[in-house]
Amino acid sequence: MAVPILKQGDYLIATIQSAMTDSEAVRLRDDLMRQIGVYRSRGVIVDITTLDVMDSFAARSLRTIAHMTQLRGADTVVVGMQPEVAFAMVQLGLDFEDVHTALDLEEGLAFLDVGTGG
Amino acid sequence: MTDSPESIRIPITTDADIVLARQSGRDMAEQMDCSATDATLLATAISEVARNIVTHGGGGEVVLRVVDAEGERAIEVVASDRGPGIADLSRAMQDGYSTGNGLGLGLPGARRLMDEFEVTSEVGVGTTVVMRMWRSR
Repeated sequence: MAVPILKQGDYLIATIQSAMTDSEAVRLRDDLMRQIGVYRSRGVIVDITTLDVMDSFAARSLRTIAHMTQLRGADTVVVGMQPEVAFAMVQLGLDFEDVHTALDLEEGLAFLDVGTGG
Repeated sequence: MTDSPESIRIPITTDADIVLARQSGRDMAEQMDCSATDATLLATAISEVARNIVTHGGGGEVVLRVVDAEGERAIEVVASDRGPGIADLSRAMQDGYSTGNGLGLGLPGARRLMDEFEVTSEVGVGTTVVMRMWRSR
């Protein structure tokens, strides 16, 4: 199942499900890249509220998405990471130091509004 | 140490099987009344070793079971493949060493998430990872 992407004004909002596979993560990257061009989006929110496992592949995929969208002129912010997932990421040795994160969708939208002057 | 009768065997060939394996691990942890954090650590570790089976092992299986010892129980994960094997195990256990397309955190990362972790590998035969998460009752 593809990750649903919602267009909301200048932004795209992708909502990741708990059972996201590796190939769905790759497809999300490609879908976002294409839609940024189609909709001339200036920001992307990736909502991982329901994602219950962030392993090294998923983390790498999100980092790649964040870097690629930035090169296409859109900021990406990852929102909704659960505390257990954050703990597991730290234990695993993963970091998101070069990826914008926010507590939830509301904070993510506020972050993008500041960055884009929207 | 006696084995609990219930064990779950998940054949691993595709990335969808990785998700199935980690969800099964989470279910087992929840049945054992593990905390949400422990369930997440276990599921994440399973995800890493199951991915190794898909990426490097050319398929294999993950077997989950509950192990009882005096006053303690563990969830044991045995992840095995019949792939090419790992020629340099100590190197594979180093952070950042990768021959696939990952971050090289798979095996060393899984070790940090679990209480016990052993990996055995023979070139041309395959690789087996055994890891356990112990919890007192």
